[in-house]
Amino acid sequence: MPEDESVSVPVDIDIARVARLARISLTGTELGIYEAQLPVIIDHAARVQALDTAGIEPTSHPLPLANVFRTDSVGDCLDRDEVLSQAPETQDHQFVVPRIMDEA
Amino acid sequence: MTYEAVIGIETHVELSTSSKMFCACPVDTDSEPNTNVCPVCLGLPGALPVMNEKAVEWAMMIGHGLNCEIVGHSVMSRKNYFYPDMPKNYQISQYDLPLCINGHLDIETDEGVRRVGVTRVHMEEDTGKSSHIGGDSGRIQDALYSLIDFNRAGTPLMEIVSEPDMRTPAEARAFVSELREIVLALGVSDAKLEDGSMRFDGNISMRPGGTEGFGVKVEIKNMNSMRSLQQALEYEIERQTELLVDGHEVVQETRHWNEGAGKTESMRSKEEAFDYRYFPEPDLVPLAVDEAWDRRVLAELPELPSQARSRFEDLGLDPEAAALVARGETGPLFAAAVEAGADPKSAANWLTGEVMAWTRRNNTDPAATPLTGKHIAQLSTMQGDGRLSASAAKEVLGWVLAGEGSPEEVAEARDLVQMSDAGELQGIVDYVLAENPEAVAKLAEGDEKVLGYLVGQVMKASGGKADPKLARELLAT
Repeated sequence: MPEDESVSVPVDIDIARVARLARISLTGTELGIYEAQLPVIIDHAARVQALDTAGIEPTSHPLPLANVFRTDSVGDCLDRDEVLSQAPETQDHQFVVPRIMDEA
Repeated sequence: MTYEAVIGIETHVELSTSSKMFCACPVDTDSEPNTNVCPVCLGLPGALPVMNEKAVEWAMMIGHGLNCEIVGHSVMSRKNYFYPDMPKNYQISQYDLPLCINGHLDIETDEGVRRVGVTRVHMEEDTGKSSHIGGDSGRIQDALYSLIDFNRAGTPLMEIVSEPDMRTPAEARAFVSELREIVLALGVSDAKLEDGSMRFDGNISMRPGGTEGFGVKVEIKNMNSMRSLQQALEYEIERQTELLVDGHEVVQETRHWNEGAGKTESMRSKEEAFDYRYFPEPDLVPLAVDEAWDRRVLAELPELPSQARSRFEDLGLDPEAAALVARGETGPLFAAAVEAGADPKSAANWLTGEVMAWTRRNNTDPAATPLTGKHIAQLSTMQGDGRLSASAAKEVLGWVLAGEGSPEEVAEARDLVQMSDAGELQGIVDYVLAENPEAVAKLAEGDEKVLGYLVGQVMKASGGKADPKLARELLAT
């Protein structure tokens, strides 16, 4: 469910956590660099907060378009062997992935 | 202190459109693994989704079926998380601007009708399917590794979120069951629990009876049938109540229903606590539903189960029979039969009894057989005027369902018509009377018991075709 969307300028950014969420592995040096850079970017974006936006419709998309659809008809799919040739490991025509859950 | 349960249900329904939500791959559960995939549903770089118009209209139909408002301006969003069955590492879903909001569903409970709020109905795409290999009985917790089939990835999926308005497992079950009937009546999904085309999660917390606040809530997953929904909720009520009575706290968590063990189990994911970082999907433009479009969809809305039930009750069925007829695929046949002049009760009996039994035995459904409403009317007329015995009518119906023709034709061709013509039967009765002088003498003395014997003789002499009621009348005079 949507939560309160009001943005306040973050004081602390846990770069390590942000990197984990995005599955980016960063070295200690890189963590330090981004820890310094990211607040600057966020500060810049936060300047929008200062503008008077009363009466301005929220924009979810830059194009002045709505309702771009396709009809419900079936088209061509990819060749399975070609698709699976990209997988590190396969079994029974499926992608093999490491175990998903920890022990309960 | 007594505690009461506060239950909300989140239901996912796969739409049975021909093609997927954002690409032209077929929606087909019977295909070989990884054959219904393309750059879009595999999340290959640069591939762009385009929305399936029918899926949007079907979502609107579900919204109307649940008395929702259809939102004029609605937006698709990216829900970011990593999971092996989701190739893009995000799911296209809806967040702050879902398509349908503020609905409700009335369910029948022991205490009368209860109105359950429907918070929202939103559109999203399904994930791929994983099979867990190794360990004990395919359970995800014990698996050594998993296999992924992306055929299901991108299938249109509706998420239906209820308000926490249910107080007992039975109410939750009634809600899900009515929701399923609606989806089936709308014809937008096959809603098969066993195949996962309809699935539900439960949210449940306990609070002291008579209070209005909310306790700590637990989410329950992996309930694959109406029965497991009820059992899992019953188990959780007992578990949480015990904790609270003993002065412990309930931990907010996701628990997995273990069908075999008959209990819920705490389930921790390797994934970090979820932070979905939603944002508007840049590859899809917004949806604008104007009144004209909404009216068009509304005009195509078929009759809902609650409407069908009250219509059938108006035709003379009691509520139970009306619900039975409305629930099966026999509703249209019932209406046609009554229109063709059949007695409603008799038509309902045939449809919910013999017709359903026959179609189940033959692994088909009533709509796929040649049976018409006229046939049912004819059958009940023939039985009513004595031309068909109960057992002959049943046999005739079987042949009608098998495609041999109308009841009249089948009964004629298979020589199943009862002798219900007094003139025709009189000859046989005379013959039987002549052959059984002792019995006739006893009958004349007022021995009524012997009448049954004589009727039996008439049936025998007629090859089972005599109408026993008529035979009895003729013998008695």
